[in-house]
Amino acid sequence: MACCKIPSPEEIRRALVQKQGELITEKLSQATVAICGLGGLGSNIAICLARAGVKKLILVDFDNVDVTNLQRQQYKAFQVGMPKANALVENLKEIAPYVELDACNEKVTEENIDKFVQNADVVCEAFDNPEAKSMLVNAVLEKYPQKNLVAASGMAGTDNANSIATRKISKHFYLCGDGKSDVNEGLELLAPRVMVCAAHQALTVIRIISGLEV
Amino acid sequence: MVANQVKINGEDVAAAGMTVAEYLASAQYDLRRIAVERNCEIVPKSKYAEVVLETGDVVEVVNFVGGG
Repeated sequence: MACCKIPSPEEIRRALVQKQGELITEKLSQATVAICGLGGLGSNIAICLARAGVKKLILVDFDNVDVTNLQRQQYKAFQVGMPKANALVENLKEIAPYVELDACNEKVTEENIDKFVQNADVVCEAFDNPEAKSMLVNAVLEKYPQKNLVAASGMAGTDNANSIATRKISKHFYLCGDGKSDVNEGLELLAPRVMVCAAHQALTVIRIISGLEV
Repeated sequence: MVANQVKINGEDVAAAGMTVAEYLASAQYDLRRIAVERNCEIVPKSKYAEVVLETGDVVEVVNFVGGG
């Protein structure tokens, strides 16, 4: 079908206000969020936040799209082999053309973490590897104790999605997931369960930015 | 408050007097996969061996599992 006109920034903003209200839309339009890891969690968090109208997303992943990712991550079959950060930027531009996007094809380490997180209002930990999760969370909490951090642990297996929850661990640190289902123990990864956890993270980000988490 | 008790992940544990490192070893945590908060502040991994748990401390040991 022939392409219709893409809505203007004003039209999109009006539509966001209609659905989300003025306060949330205004707060989000000024916020920068760093998403570390662009797999089943990060790619879904990014789409939620881009649709909701955040100002800027910093998207960090060193990996390329693999055919096994298509089952639960927001990539397309023709993007297999592309760097995830670049592929996600392409997809987000189609969905939400006015969000600022910063793609980083790098592995996050204790040494380089500053450049990804220092300008973010909220940092999302969305890695799959538990040691990488621990590294990022410890580094952010130690170096940036005032930074809002939303991490995830436990979204594997076939349990009912109701076991996935959001917990506030301390003033600026939130943890989503069931806390125990471990993919390294041979559990399955099912897209809906991973997406439920990603949605918990994205909603927590929106609540933090909107001043609803006190 | 019962002497010697520390609240760890919501449970009362007789761990006052132990260092964070001693408690984590006794509970068989994998140090590469955790973050520890004591009274709502992160305990840096480099301090696990020096920080001594006190009666009434509230500790959260966040254990990260694989998947994302």
